[in-house]
Amino acid sequence: MSVLRRLIPGKRDMLGTIGAGILLFVALGAVLAPMIAPYDPTAISLLDRMQPPMWLEGGSLAHPLGTDNLGRDMLSRVIYGSRISLAVGVAAVIVGAAIGSTIGIVAGYFGGWVDSILSVVINAQLSFPFILLAIFILSTFGGGFWPVVLVLALGAWVNYARVVRGTVMSVRTQDYVHAAISVGVPTLRLLRTTVLPNTLSPIIVVASFSMAQAILAEAALSFLGVGVDGANPSWGVMLNDGRAYLQTAWWLTAMPGLAIAITVLGGNLCGDWLQDRFNPRIGN
Amino acid sequence: MTHPPLVEARNLSVEFHMRRGLFSRGPAPVVQAVRNMNLSIQRGETLALVGESGCGKSTLGRAMIRTAPIAHGELIFDGKDITTLAGETLRRARSRFQMIFQDPYSSLNPKARIFDTLAEPLRVHTSESTAQIRTKVSEMLEAVGLDPTFAARYPHEFSGGQRQRIAIARAVIVQPDFIVADEPLSALDVSMQLQILKLFDDLRDRFSLTYLFISHDLARVFSFADRVAVMYLGKLVEIGTAAEITTNPRHPYTKALLAAAPSPDPTIEADREVPMLSGDIPSPAFPPPGCRFHTRCPIAMEMCKRIDPEMTHFGNSHMAACHAAAPGLSHLNTPEPEKDLLP
Repeated sequence: MSVLRRLIPGKRDMLGTIGAGILLFVALGAVLAPMIAPYDPTAISLLDRMQPPMWLEGGSLAHPLGTDNLGRDMLSRVIYGSRISLAVGVAAVIVGAAIGSTIGIVAGYFGGWVDSILSVVINAQLSFPFILLAIFILSTFGGGFWPVVLVLALGAWVNYARVVRGTVMSVRTQDYVHAAISVGVPTLRLLRTTVLPNTLSPIIVVASFSMAQAILAEAALSFLGVGVDGANPSWGVMLNDGRAYLQTAWWLTAMPGLAIAITVLGGNLCGDWLQDRFNPRIGN
Repeated sequence: MTHPPLVEARNLSVEFHMRRGLFSRGPAPVVQAVRNMNLSIQRGETLALVGESGCGKSTLGRAMIRTAPIAHGELIFDGKDITTLAGETLRRARSRFQMIFQDPYSSLNPKARIFDTLAEPLRVHTSESTAQIRTKVSEMLEAVGLDPTFAARYPHEFSGGQRQRIAIARAVIVQPDFIVADEPLSALDVSMQLQILKLFDDLRDRFSLTYLFISHDLARVFSFADRVAVMYLGKLVEIGTAAEITTNPRHPYTKALLAAAPSPDPTIEADREVPMLSGDIPSPAFPPPGCRFHTRCPIAMEMCKRIDPEMTHFGNSHMAACHAAAPGLSHLNTPEPEKDLLP
């Protein structure tokens, strides 16, 4: 993104607005899915199977993005798929941010051996191949919404922990922290009322990037067959379903793939913009 | 001096252990920021602590409210030894001694409303209701000369002087006995300095406070302080009443600090030759042997390089640590102080 930004100087805010707009659009689609989806995403109609998108020969307005191997409407499936992808992304961000920020604050504030131990844990987690860990856990304990969220949070917390640790290390040297200590504020309360609020902006930035990553990772896990098993398919499950028909019906994979790409782009644009906004040297 | 002092440091030392270099041999260097300090402050008194940057005066101030580590010695507060107080007992005791920081731009939490900043000390030290806290915060804002409606705002909406008033309010709101003010004026405009100094004066009377007022500006604190303590490289070199120190300084370092203050009269100021202390303050990690001031002292003698001078009494609770100023050797110090200091 930074390359793109350099090519268009002064357009950071515009790109950020586009990113936020994309996320809002996807979120609205997810919330309003029952109202805007033209069909039931699970309704099978074998007579209409494998219809191409409407702009191709043989396509029709009845199914703008075509149908899949069981004749289900692709547009409706993509719209409904956003519900699971976004829900997983948001939940993973919340759980990951809570775990990672807590560990980062503790490591950064107390320093010393506490920091040494937590840093070893952080580095160990960083050096472990995430997808292997995820497959191992999900195939052992089974998939589903919350297991996937927890696994994604397990992969994401280090990002928060590292950034928060660094920020807290500089925040704790500030006079307002010394002032709170000399006033006699208990340590836990000090972390909550003084340190955390001053660490929030990097957390929000990481959350924005991390949301995009979580959506991507959920798709990867579903593609590998260890993802969220629900009545409504996620984008990753759709990718997996369409894999067998790549040669004959590419839209089965292209449509959910495009949806993932656009959403992730939105998250990244948004994160990039927030990062600049919160950086006093670049932002305003 | 019939009453016991409110705060008393006895042979107090503060040490910082520096990290040893990755490939260096030998033990890690230890910086004695404050060395064998003896200092007592009476209830209701204002003691000004002056000295150059890096002389350890802020560290001493922080040690006296137990936020800097005490390596040796004792700290007595209101008759109780608080040197080794820790954990919850120390936290509770903190309501009785507070600190005001130098830079009001960094000492207020930028993400908290003024109300929360001022309510925090009350919330952690008292069990008052929200309504009581609201009243107290409003009263305190008025006491420091601010509009009570400012409570709803954030620090960035205020000027440096207003912020320092808020920081003062935070320190005073729990009604402490003792306040360490660490260069509270030096980040402010000159016009603002006088207003804030006046505020310190008002609050001292109104809330019967005792101040340790740290400053590098000797001239600014004379009218305000009862006594003045001069510090150099972690040690006290001279202490006495403000009047004694101004009119009859004993230590060459005190004389140099006094002479460095500009005169308000432009004709005098134009002709005045500023006696500069040559060189920088030596590193506290490697203080010079003997008298710590001898490397920059205009009247240093041979013995100053070997023997660290003891504090000598000059009556009227005026003390100084200088071989040349000691009574037996006073003939060595006969030249006019100003001439002494010319390079």
